[in-house]
Amino acid sequence: MPGRALLTGFDVTATSHLLADYRARGGYATLEKALSSMTPQQIGAEVTASGLLGHGGAAFAVGRKWGVIRLNDGQPHYLCANADEGEPGTFKDRWILEHAPHLLLESMLIAAYALQVRHAFVYIRGEFDLPYRRLQGAVDEAYAAGLLGERVLDRDFACDIIVYRGAGSYVCGEASGLITSIEGKRGYPRNRPPRLTVRGLYQKPTVINNVESLANITGIIRDGAEAFRKVGTAKSPGTQLISISGHIAKPGVYEVEFGYPFAKFIYEDCGGVLGGRALKAVIPGGISTKALTGAEIEPLKLDHASLAAAGSSIGSGGMIVIAEGTCMVRLLQVLLRFYHHESCGQCTPCREGMGWMHRIIDRIVAGEGRPDDIGLLYEISRANDGTTICGMGDAAGYATVGILDKFRDEFEYYIEHKRSRLGGVLEVATHA
Amino acid sequence: MKHLIPEFDRLRQRFPDTFASSLVLPCVRRIQEDRGYVADADIDELAAYLGVPRVQIEEVLSYYTMFRRKPIGRWHLQMCRNISCSMRGSERLLAHLERTLGIAAGETTADGRITLSTVECLGSCGTAPVLVVNETYHENMDAARIDALLKELD
Repeated sequence: MPGRALLTGFDVTATSHLLADYRARGGYATLEKALSSMTPQQIGAEVTASGLLGHGGAAFAVGRKWGVIRLNDGQPHYLCANADEGEPGTFKDRWILEHAPHLLLESMLIAAYALQVRHAFVYIRGEFDLPYRRLQGAVDEAYAAGLLGERVLDRDFACDIIVYRGAGSYVCGEASGLITSIEGKRGYPRNRPPRLTVRGLYQKPTVINNVESLANITGIIRDGAEAFRKVGTAKSPGTQLISISGHIAKPGVYEVEFGYPFAKFIYEDCGGVLGGRALKAVIPGGISTKALTGAEIEPLKLDHASLAAAGSSIGSGGMIVIAEGTCMVRLLQVLLRFYHHESCGQCTPCREGMGWMHRIIDRIVAGEGRPDDIGLLYEISRANDGTTICGMGDAAGYATVGILDKFRDEFEYYIEHKRSRLGGVLEVATHA
Repeated sequence: MKHLIPEFDRLRQRFPDTFASSLVLPCVRRIQEDRGYVADADIDELAAYLGVPRVQIEEVLSYYTMFRRKPIGRWHLQMCRNISCSMRGSERLLAHLERTLGIAAGETTADGRITLSTVECLGSCGTAPVLVVNETYHENMDAARIDALLKELD
């Protein structure tokens, strides 16, 4: 186990996602405690004191986000759990939705009480099937048990949770795109300011937190901020669910205590690279974070400061392991095709830039690359950075620059020789 | 769409009163489950039912990849082609599917039974490659499992 666990420390069985099992593990006792013995302000203060950082990719302090909500402003407030998990390589929230849906609901109820929210939403990506059924099943169980609705736990606190299904749009995982989507429209992100905590869903103050961020609330209120801060590092308290995939022997979701050694995680906990190959690169936190080489990860720890110092990020915890022998030109082609496909089309630099980058990488792969194509990819990446409403254009640039910086020679070879130095291989070990 | 209205009425009760516009996505999804696609008549009826502009529904339909305006095959096979699936063989499996079915991605078999598509990351990277058949994820796929799966489709 890569350190202490806060979310995943129970046996997954055929019934562990159900209310009875969750209650047997102490479930909903923290909600009872919160409603009976704490004020909304005390809960907010505890969350702020915990130092909990958002787990969706931006690592924004949850307490600071909550702190913008003015409890007595006379307006309705909304809470949305962001379960639109779509950053390629990321499948950690799916684990919570499938195995601990009541932990999310209990945490959302505590958050709803703290933020004085009457209606809360879970925005879940449209393709998710089992995670949706598990979550909706948990919501139904919670209503039947009096944990949701007009009188939560028979107290003077009302809260409804609505599960809202997306319909296949990456950009809806961006908080303002998510809100526009819940309003029943195209998931176009919005310019900030105003912040969503000031004017969000239907122009009302809205808090949007990632599923994993919210799932931590129950533990923080149960054990206190001080206990939470004892896990992880001073600047990155707690744990991170890391979903690891690609050329790795034991892919899956691991709960990693912040500060855990990167290399130890890859080589020991996850069994090393598939087929015993050498490690060429790791994309640490979803494809929009910069790739690190096998040598670069050696001294690193899995926390925000350590990865930031190496020029990358813990991101969304979607770690992709790339074995020696993989063609990085073809790999970048997969990424740029994706970004082009997902650009919502609102902002010119992204709408045009994504298509342009996609066409460039396609012609390189087709053996028709031009000598200045590498420079063009850099230039378009730069032109996108900070010039669009949401971060998707920036992210595509980070992914591109991350790969070009470290594997430029492969691109130069491909353009010069009109073929991949590595046979265009993406799949290094085939299935039987 | 009219026979779905009692269902939509119940759905509406779960949302705050001012959220009629939010019903567009769930209603469109339900209409598509029911009919297989969204027809012009559905758009008119839904716009009238929710009191939202017709163009809002059109925009939603043309924006979200899961919605469609035309019927497809009884079985919709979607092969993920994003990073982790590609690294675990999805390109090879897509070629296998195209060869076996005699169609390219984006096409439907001549008998109208099977539509083959590619899709971007589905959050199934740890169990890659993934093939979605209608709503169901089939994970850790290989050629033999695809062949067995195809035999079961009527």
